[in-house]
Amino acid sequence: MTPLDPPTPKLTKKDFVSDQEVRWCPGCGDYAILAAVQRALPDMDVVREKTVFVSGIGCSSRFPYYMNTYGFHTIHGRAPALATGLKLANPELDVWVITGDGDGLSIGGNHLMHLLRRNVDVQLMLFNNRIYGLTKGQYSPTSILGQRSPSTPMGSVDAPINPTLFALGAGARFVARAIDTSVKTLGDVLTEARAHRGASFVEILQNCPVFNDGTWNAVAAKEVASDTQLWVEHGKPLRFGANLEKGLRIVEGGRVEVVTVGEGGVPESEVVVHDETDRTLAFLLAQLSVPEMPMAFGVLYRDPRPAYGTAIVAQNEQALAKQGPGDVNALLRSGHTWMVE
Amino acid sequence: MDTPVSPSADGREILDSVVIRFAGDSGDGMQLAGDQFTQTTAVAGNDLATFPDFPAEIRAPAGTTFGVSGFQIHFASHDVLTPGDAPDVLVAMNPAALKVNLHDVPKGGLIIVNTGAFTKGNLKKAGYEKDPLLDGTVAPFRVLKLDISKLTADAVASFGLGSKASLRTKNLWTLGLLYWMFDRDRIPTVAWLEGKFAKHPDVAKANIAALNAGHAYGETAEMPQGVGSYKVPKAVLSPGHYRNITGNEALAWGLAAGGRLAGLPVMFGSYPITPASSVLHNLAKLKHFGVTTFQAEDEIAAICSAIGAAFGGALGATATSGPGMALKGEALGLAIMTELPIVVFDIQRAGPSTGMPTKTEQSDLFQAIWGRNGDAPLCVLAPASPSECFHYAIEACRIATQYMTPVIVLSDGFIANGAEPWKIPDFNEIERFEVKFQQDTEGFHPYVRNPETLARVWVKPGTPGLEHRIGGLEKDFGSGNISYDPKNHHQMTKMREAKILGIANRQPEQPVELGTDHGKLAVVGWGSTYGSIHSAVRQARAEGLDVSHIHLRQMWPMARNLGTLLRRYEKILVPELNNGQLYRVLRAEYLVPAEPLDKIEGQPFKVAEVLEGIRQHLNA
Repeated sequence: MTPLDPPTPKLTKKDFVSDQEVRWCPGCGDYAILAAVQRALPDMDVVREKTVFVSGIGCSSRFPYYMNTYGFHTIHGRAPALATGLKLANPELDVWVITGDGDGLSIGGNHLMHLLRRNVDVQLMLFNNRIYGLTKGQYSPTSILGQRSPSTPMGSVDAPINPTLFALGAGARFVARAIDTSVKTLGDVLTEARAHRGASFVEILQNCPVFNDGTWNAVAAKEVASDTQLWVEHGKPLRFGANLEKGLRIVEGGRVEVVTVGEGGVPESEVVVHDETDRTLAFLLAQLSVPEMPMAFGVLYRDPRPAYGTAIVAQNEQALAKQGPGDVNALLRSGHTWMVE
Repeated sequence: MDTPVSPSADGREILDSVVIRFAGDSGDGMQLAGDQFTQTTAVAGNDLATFPDFPAEIRAPAGTTFGVSGFQIHFASHDVLTPGDAPDVLVAMNPAALKVNLHDVPKGGLIIVNTGAFTKGNLKKAGYEKDPLLDGTVAPFRVLKLDISKLTADAVASFGLGSKASLRTKNLWTLGLLYWMFDRDRIPTVAWLEGKFAKHPDVAKANIAALNAGHAYGETAEMPQGVGSYKVPKAVLSPGHYRNITGNEALAWGLAAGGRLAGLPVMFGSYPITPASSVLHNLAKLKHFGVTTFQAEDEIAAICSAIGAAFGGALGATATSGPGMALKGEALGLAIMTELPIVVFDIQRAGPSTGMPTKTEQSDLFQAIWGRNGDAPLCVLAPASPSECFHYAIEACRIATQYMTPVIVLSDGFIANGAEPWKIPDFNEIERFEVKFQQDTEGFHPYVRNPETLARVWVKPGTPGLEHRIGGLEKDFGSGNISYDPKNHHQMTKMREAKILGIANRQPEQPVELGTDHGKLAVVGWGSTYGSIHSAVRQARAEGLDVSHIHLRQMWPMARNLGTLLRRYEKILVPELNNGQLYRVLRAEYLVPAEPLDKIEGQPFKVAEVLEGIRQHLNA
């Protein structure tokens, strides 16, 4: 920017609201997520025309229509693949992928895995409501055992998948978890996700008031939150509870246990300090679940390495530097040729 | 091999045309020998066509019939349109190769056999109870029996390669003998070997020694009755700079060229599949042409990455074969709905399902034209030969970007791997079609259309003021917003159809390749059957039959005059390497009495098969 450029007016939430009427069910957790994103983006200094939201199919995947940025509502499960091509074609774009538990982990599980292990520089938000909403309530790959649904009237017998654990297993270098209704913390996590170069994976616990109401109540309800949510922060001890009176300790054999910290309990020095670059710790944290344990939120793992696009661009530039700009006529005449007089 | 017309000055018999088939184990280097023979034959000034035919197994068990790999070349002093119906010369490196190929050799044909491989074990593996060289099986042929294994081993003994590596050079020994027999120059192959084995000079030297030894054997050894040395005079080719090219090379280069002509970077996302993979291999070497290649996790991701790239303002492309096309169907629908330009190469192979991966077929026509949910029109092109792939890859890029549509180019295994001499065009003379992205915000919505082509505007994300959302849901004609309005869906469906059909308005009319624009019989083909059909029609016309050849390249939309043209013939015969697809399209579109001539053997048509079909339909 030169000194003569007029100052760019700071964008506000309403700059990111599109002219389309939002069509989620009343009370859907997606409203809260949309609001959190629209509120957080201005503070991230995003450039609206360089921002693209790409989604698959499902309730969550309507998201791009409501954002006043570039957007692509693609086909079921394929948003990660499409976003990969988009990023390769146009590396300067700031790409967000919106998916759900069915879209991202069932039909699109393969693409999600490859986006993460390749480390494509996008932010991926997986809205996890543990149910298929748009097709009217069938169980999803994250539904709990015994979930009753139109397709499982006697209860689901499928073991559910843990999205955060999946992301870590696939080799993601940024893995975080947040909750739909916690707008402030969600905004913070998304800000961190965007700052990370490479694939950032964010699982967002989301309520579906129509088909799976209260599925996260045991974790997300205000009354229990302090005892069920462990918000991690790099370099800080893993403490929770209304007065942060509880903490996590690793005991022999690598198991994690909840301890009381301070008076009548253990000294804080025995509580694990969060190291977001420790992949083993991230695996432990990702597996914690209620009621025995609190569920871990925030940035569980962050250990950047060069993004996929950077490496691809580097190879393209290397080829260009070595061989010069391609000459089609020379290409056609390369190798064995002959003249006919 | 034609009857010799006259001996040449150097005592060689002069022949007009020759078909040679190299056959051996998958590991015997027959494809390499064939490739080298092709290059030197091109240098010698003959016209030629080739047909590599290899098993799907990478290294099938040695000596078995299903492990036989073949390479056929047809070269002549006149123009050559097909790799030849039957080999005049069969090189059989082992009993299995003889067993698989002998029935194709006409009586009196020349068979060169490596007796060194005719061991008890190999005979058994090939299913011979008795040695066919001794029991009269080969009596109707001229046979040159040579212990090529031993002759090669002797020739390279001094290089100390060990017996296994020594034996591996027997394809070069054989090639040397054929170079002598057909008066080919060894120098290009020597240079090629020196380059290929630059890091292993002793291997290069051994191979060159084997080549020279085979050649020397021909010069010095006394040949049996009926085996001589031959010369095929130069063909009269249009002057210019030539090269050999395979279909998949031409597609890759055409795509890179198409990106240049459109002024766009190319993003090619693909998943390995036979026989399309070499398109990816070729493009991966062209990064300095602004080509990014992406080996996707599956066929769906491959096309979705291309669509993502197109949305991002690049030329998105992918290549696959039939099974992959089936997986790409839904994404093609998305590209149709969002009206984004992508190029899809479908290198057809024998199906359904996995079918016969290395064998050629033309059975994806229906799939290409109609194989999607909903009314989902797009453009389909079909080059008729390896070199035409270059032009049609460029055409695909042009149509895709000018009409904002996916374009499918239908090639097949025969075109993909077959080679032909190609007079290299001057790239600077090819018309550019530079893409102009939408910049104007005035009255903008993403489905604003060019009134002439009906193409919607193309916006590159990153452009301020044009932020918009697209997707697979139906769009309102007037605003591009989601719409469930019944009348609007009707209108948009008709609009998508009109846009694609309108492509024909600016495409050439359907010509008649050979013959007249009316008459008793039109033989209508498409794709790789060109050579067989053209040769058959030429012969039939020489016999005085009223028959013409029409060859389609615009498979959808079809040429605007095609219906009118076809109605001028009493009968229409459609030879296809499938169970009858184009003939049904022609009937459905034009209500013409098209009849099928099908062959579903994974092999190209022989000229004689098409000729027989013509005679039957003319009661001749």
